[in-house]
Amino acid sequence: MSESPVRIGVLALQGDVREHLRVLGELGAVAVGVRRPAEVESIDALIIPGGESTTMDKLVRAFDLQEPLRKRLAGGMPAYGSCAGMIMLADRLADARPDQETLGGLDITVRRNAFGRQVDSFEHDLHMPALRDGVRDPLRAVFIRAPWVEDLGPQVEVLARVEEGEAAGRVVAVRQGNIVATSFHPEVTRDARVHEYFVGLVRRVVP
Amino acid sequence: MTEQQIPQTDPAQAEHRTGTARVKRGMAEMLKGGVIMDVVTPEQAKIAEDAGAVAVMALERVPADIRAQGGVSRMSDPDMIDGIVSTVSIPVMAKARIGHFVEAQVLQSLGVDYIDESEVLTPADYANHIDKWAFTVPFVCGATNLGEALRRITEGAAMIRSKGEAGTGDVSNATTHMRQIRQQIRRLQNLPEDELFVAAKELQAPYELVKEVAQAGKLPVVLFTAGGIATPADAAMMMQLGAEGVFVGSGIFKSGNPAQRAEAIVKATTFYDDPDVIAKVSRGLGEAMVGINVDEIPVGHHLAERGW
Repeated sequence: MSESPVRIGVLALQGDVREHLRVLGELGAVAVGVRRPAEVESIDALIIPGGESTTMDKLVRAFDLQEPLRKRLAGGMPAYGSCAGMIMLADRLADARPDQETLGGLDITVRRNAFGRQVDSFEHDLHMPALRDGVRDPLRAVFIRAPWVEDLGPQVEVLARVEEGEAAGRVVAVRQGNIVATSFHPEVTRDARVHEYFVGLVRRVVP
Repeated sequence: MTEQQIPQTDPAQAEHRTGTARVKRGMAEMLKGGVIMDVVTPEQAKIAEDAGAVAVMALERVPADIRAQGGVSRMSDPDMIDGIVSTVSIPVMAKARIGHFVEAQVLQSLGVDYIDESEVLTPADYANHIDKWAFTVPFVCGATNLGEALRRITEGAAMIRSKGEAGTGDVSNATTHMRQIRQQIRRLQNLPEDELFVAAKELQAPYELVKEVAQAGKLPVVLFTAGGIATPADAAMMMQLGAEGVFVGSGIFKSGNPAQRAEAIVKATTFYDDPDVIAKVSRGLGEAMVGINVDEIPVGHHLAERGW
């Protein structure tokens, strides 16, 4: 495994960009905000942060980022999306405005605001075996007006499900090839294991 | 650590919990870099969502009309809020009067995503603000300076906005308040630790919170700006001054071409540090809101002075 610093972009149009940049920096990656087509070409991997997916979609299209990002994702660029980022990386949306577009890459159908409104936003312990100590040490996951994965294709691996309550069994973390997505926001906690998992993946696939 | 020493998960921690500080403050983190727009009808809410707003603020009259028409200004009609909630998929905020905890209870029951305990409405209590810890729904509050911001956070606010002077289209007070808050934070950062006790006394804020701000160099919650923003350049200037996002009230729907202006302000907020983009989006917007100069408002009619 190469330990040379990888250059990871965070889509910086709107959302909790700073939190992702901070965690990446702490993990020794070179972290940069991405807002322009030329910047898309300069990165080894991409994180799409939490935020408002309708706003991000609008700005991605307005600033000519949709095609460059789709091209890089189709070319195998590793990507991770949290919450709105999961929506942006989904091939299909349930219950969204008909004109909302995504970048795609994950063969999943995502339902926006699936858990309800902000008063229903919650914290919940999740076991994520793919993470370091993921079996014995649960992750405190923060869900904010979060989406869930309603349907997934055969190539998609489930990384975590809600473990109790009304939504028990709902898929909230997935991976397909080099693309990872979570319904929740590890970047707003001090637990860096999801980012560590993603940076590890990036280091394995980026030459 | 051996297998026998594995810490057991605290059962109180493991449970499913709503309304935590992290969930409330986190919601505001997700709005960063975005624009929250005042709307009075579902049609306006749709225009705001189409323009790329990260949230809408549902209210009965925009601040410019409240200012022009006078009278007591209160929480919006529940039917009107329901109409907006069912029209858009982005978060919906609504305003409660300062200290009016029952209006806040009603708004929470209606399922709004954020409550603005706002000086734009007529205050219901001239001594106390709402105890915001008692709610599951998060609150945003206005502030003109750091002490006021920290008192609101102590009461449970999960987001702060600089007040500015709502309903004027005059950005000067928003500038003053944002500069004031940022300057007071910088001052705390430069104080030796043994002077933070007196700093807390002067700010009329809890010492622990003052110390936290001194160490972090920022508020523990997201800081937006509000009150008088009318153009893309106004929004970008506030972002350059350190705002993490923008509330636009009367500035959009009191202008000549709301849809286009709304979209331009969204783009200028994202590219706040790129004058080429701001120039481009500022073209052909038609008339901005006429507005009123803050220094022409008679003494006692400044909304920013409400809140204590």
